[in-house]
Amino acid sequence: MKNLQLTTEGKLKHFLSIDGLSKEILTEILDTAESFSSMSEKQVKKVPLLRGKTIVNLFFENSTRTRTTFELAATRLSADVLSMNIATSSTSKGESLLDTIRNLEAMHVDMFVVRHAISGAGHFIAQNTAPHISVINAGDGQHAHPTQAMLDMFTIRQHKHDFSPLKVAIIGDILHSRVARSQIQALNTLGTQEIRVIAPKTLLPSHVESLGVTAFNSIEEGLEDVDVIIMLRLQKERMTSALLPTEREYFKCFGLTEERLKFAKINAIVMHPGPINRGVEIASSIADGPQSVILQQVSNGIIIRMAIMSLTLQNNGEAV
Amino acid sequence: MKKILISNGHIIDPANKIDQVGSVYIAEGKILAVNEHISDFTPDLSIDAKDNIVCPGFIDLSVRLRDPGQSYKGTILSETTAAASAGVTSLCLPPDTSPVIDTQAVTELIADKAEKASYPQVYPIGALTHQLAGVELSSMFALKQAGCIAVSNATVPLTSLLVLRRAMEYASSHDLLVMYHPDIPSLSKNGCVHEGVFSTRYGLPAIPEASESIAVAQCLELAELTGCRLHFSQISSRRSAIKIQQAKKYGLKVSADVAIHQLHLTEDDIEPFNSSFHVLPPFRSKKDQKSLRENLANGAIDIICSDHQPHDIDAKLGAFPETEPGISSLETLLPLTLRLIEDNAITLNQGIAALTQNPAKTLGINSGALSLGFSADICIFDPNLSWTVNQDNWKSAGHNTPYWGQSLKGRVTHTLQAGSIIYTL
Repeated sequence: MKNLQLTTEGKLKHFLSIDGLSKEILTEILDTAESFSSMSEKQVKKVPLLRGKTIVNLFFENSTRTRTTFELAATRLSADVLSMNIATSSTSKGESLLDTIRNLEAMHVDMFVVRHAISGAGHFIAQNTAPHISVINAGDGQHAHPTQAMLDMFTIRQHKHDFSPLKVAIIGDILHSRVARSQIQALNTLGTQEIRVIAPKTLLPSHVESLGVTAFNSIEEGLEDVDVIIMLRLQKERMTSALLPTEREYFKCFGLTEERLKFAKINAIVMHPGPINRGVEIASSIADGPQSVILQQVSNGIIIRMAIMSLTLQNNGEAV
Repeated sequence: MKKILISNGHIIDPANKIDQVGSVYIAEGKILAVNEHISDFTPDLSIDAKDNIVCPGFIDLSVRLRDPGQSYKGTILSETTAAASAGVTSLCLPPDTSPVIDTQAVTELIADKAEKASYPQVYPIGALTHQLAGVELSSMFALKQAGCIAVSNATVPLTSLLVLRRAMEYASSHDLLVMYHPDIPSLSKNGCVHEGVFSTRYGLPAIPEASESIAVAQCLELAELTGCRLHFSQISSRRSAIKIQQAKKYGLKVSADVAIHQLHLTEDDIEPFNSSFHVLPPFRSKKDQKSLRENLANGAIDIICSDHQPHDIDAKLGAFPETEPGISSLETLLPLTLRLIEDNAITLNQGIAALTQNPAKTLGINSGALSLGFSADICIFDPNLSWTVNQDNWKSAGHNTPYWGQSLKGRVTHTLQAGSIIYTL
């Protein structure tokens, strides 16, 4: 089947999921982001790459951090940005989603950045939007959050340079995590030696090993000798839906503590997509400690999104 | 009434163990003779069925006509026309119409509309509980009197085993067949795909196999307790099939059907986020599909149905989990059944029995066979004729099928209902 994300020439047109993208495309994104990285420290933080373009952030799900970094990224590329927070409810159906898109299309926009609580919403919009519009998935349900995964890959590459010898552990609620799904696909595509997921069975998808990972129910075993530790945020509602007993018990079994960090390689880095729950999934001393790269992830979020926005719009038949 | 002679066709009538080239004589809307020469028979109409197969008309246990209540998705006229073109001469209409088939009045309204359409025989299935709400029993006796052939709660599972037990007891007091869609809602809640490799990869809300097989186990226990005649509608999992097979060996009066698309498509075939593949029960694993085919061949699963669910365009236009489940499947019933034979999963006789003799037996009706004196409900089809699923060849108002645009082999040339030709190609 044709990959919806690519042009007929195989170039990135939409950015919906890591699934189906080649190592070359992922590397191109990382390299492009790197070319923007010196820019952030300059006094004038703008390039005219997307001047005259209109980008609409469509956030059907609340998010301050992701939306802000997308806005900053667009602004630094000199695009015009419109951010819309659209309260969504379980009753809002595809028709109204489609109507929203059609209305904005009529205003001649060039890109939609979409966050939505339903898996597949980004694909649906990309399939039903005018051909000159690029769609970037800023998180859909439990499916994918590919820009987050790419900023994580960028951060790992900054510290570890090469993916092939790495052992990476992802800890936490894999089942509900679009971030974890995209990270796993990106790590696999980039040739990571070993990917582990660590969680109780209630927070692992049924066929998790089919994603190309090894599953661990014990954090100590899972952390043994790893180079990269990725913590996931634990949502409070997991406690009320009989997936976990208490936050306290979760921290006891799966929280990242100084003690447990010693199982990993001595130069292992600790990552977290944020916002962090101190004392629930990670001890404060680690979040703020020397091995933590959590704040670098945030800064990298801007340049990765600049790279993805400029590449997709460039490839979508519009000379930039 | 017209006298009709169908000659030169390959007659397959599993109920009467006929499998040979010959002739069928029809008079007064009934079967007059099969494979014996009748002198002084001057037909008003002769059909040459050379190279075609002549068999009893198909009996489909689950066809949504969307009428009354959702005529923007389909009408009794549009969907019975589709049924006739698919060789279906009798069909069962599940009770989840709007209003629900839980009163005599609604049953009679449907019977009346169906009679006017003068197409396949429509058998309404009455609601098992009032408004399908799973709380109070429906007036089953009145429903039976009005023409309901069985009772069912459609796809709405009962949450109370006590109500299910009472419903089975009450239905069995009136000798009504209970058709049940096995599902444990607390396990399948909000799910839209099978819990497996696909749901893991795409992060979609999933339905575990156990949500069906646990319900099958519970129902089997209750069927034994209550002595009710029980039929499982649209099973999809290996463990369900095995449980039903064991129950049959043990001597329980149970039967089961499977939707034709479940025998062909699995979670591996789903095109990501393509809502034509959104169906309940969901497409399961290769292992489940293999087991469903085996259990169809060994007789644990008796019947193939279409589980026809036509939809309007808007119902399928949205992000996958938000679209409505269901496939418009009447017209792919025959070609996909023939494909099972091509795959050596079952024999042609088994395939036709699963569409004729077996559903007739489950419903307890004198149909599904070319027996002398039976209503002349007949399907004639060309097993080798290829056609494309597209606007020109499609009768149902619902175009929601994963087979849209594909080429299929096997096409109905004539459908006769009570000796009247209701469809010709």
